[in-house]
Amino acid sequence: MNGPQDLGGMQGFGPVHPEPDEPIFHDAWERRAFALTVAMGATGSWNLDMARAARESLPPAQYLSAGYYRIWFEALLALMLERGQVTPQEVAEGRVSSPPREMPRILEAASVASVMARGGPTERPVSKPARHAVGDRVVTLNMHPMGHTRLPRYVRGRRGTIAAVHGVHIFPDTHARGLGEQPQWLYSVRFDAHELWGEDTTASSVYVDCWESYLASYPEPA
Amino acid sequence: MSQDHEHGSTLSEMEVRVRALETLLVEKGYVDPKALDELIETYEHRIGPHNGAQVVARAWADPAYRQRLLEDATAAIAEMGYSGRQGEHMVALENGNGVHHLVVCTLCSCYPWPVLGLPPTWYKSTPYRSRAVIDPRGVLADFGVTLPAEIEVRVWDSTAEIRYLVLPQRPAGTDGWSAEALAALVTRDSMIGTGFALEPSSTGASL
Repeated sequence: MNGPQDLGGMQGFGPVHPEPDEPIFHDAWERRAFALTVAMGATGSWNLDMARAARESLPPAQYLSAGYYRIWFEALLALMLERGQVTPQEVAEGRVSSPPREMPRILEAASVASVMARGGPTERPVSKPARHAVGDRVVTLNMHPMGHTRLPRYVRGRRGTIAAVHGVHIFPDTHARGLGEQPQWLYSVRFDAHELWGEDTTASSVYVDCWESYLASYPEPA
Repeated sequence: MSQDHEHGSTLSEMEVRVRALETLLVEKGYVDPKALDELIETYEHRIGPHNGAQVVARAWADPAYRQRLLEDATAAIAEMGYSGRQGEHMVALENGNGVHHLVVCTLCSCYPWPVLGLPPTWYKSTPYRSRAVIDPRGVLADFGVTLPAEIEVRVWDSTAEIRYLVLPQRPAGTDGWSAEALAALVTRDSMIGTGFALEPSSTGASL
């Protein structure tokens, strides 16, 4: 979706403000919002791509003005409301008034270390050969899907070169929509900065990880 | 947390909302409050850029390890005991030889947690996410970093589950230093590409 999350190349946000000796969390609630988000993610009620889709579906003005843990919190609420795990009345009153939904899993304190150390690898077995090899010229699709995608606007319809082949990975566009993993070959694609920005750039090149269905060969095979 | 907060008179709106949701989720049996404490303890105190600094220092001190790190960063980093969530598939990018790497996630906040911990606020901010891919030298200037004009600046946008760790240049004057002493020179920002490793004179460390 061409939502507020797709920030690459936008202008007018001002300078970056590095904070010396920045604390990990700035407010007590950020700690809890972080932990709630990770713990609920670990229940398996949704996948990471669905969580990202929920975050980028927040109203654009809210997304752009909120801090990141606020974005996580609002998206967590939306994901749970959508699944009936909490009701609007319960959220408003802070009191349980409906029976709990069954959870696929609950994250227990004793398993936090092992669950986090295992993570969620997205690489899957190879079932067909990669279409592209390092050095191949490719062009990205010009596409504007309403739902989740990981092809940023600033590289759509642009020519690049395959810089690395990362193996076969879960495809976020289907995974976020509940249509399954549908794993695809994943590539690191190098774009010359002038191809993306004309003369208005101080970069030499930008590398973007692109799934195979985002790419076509360039020039088109005869 | 201050006394005022404990007495509830100055709770912010977010404090109230997050507490209320936590209470609700605990009562519904969806989350274990001890697991929440454990997650916070893990990412506030145990996992952080000191992990990545160990990886970088070893790569500087041990050429065979550096080679393994550049060839298969996930495996080389796992050798040091770091793995998992938001670092499942790692790639190391070596600065030097006329190339400087800078890492960003324009679409969200992707960041290599096992080696760097949770990202700083600026990394997730709109100024950094919007500008890093078009004007990396301008971003670097915000960090007080200037690169010579002839240096090639490569920006890496973390759009998939591949996570990038910059291997900064080893500072001059550190020949023969132990990995432990070298690790003290490795900053978080040098592993994102928004800074350099510290000069040896800055730490008082030595052989």
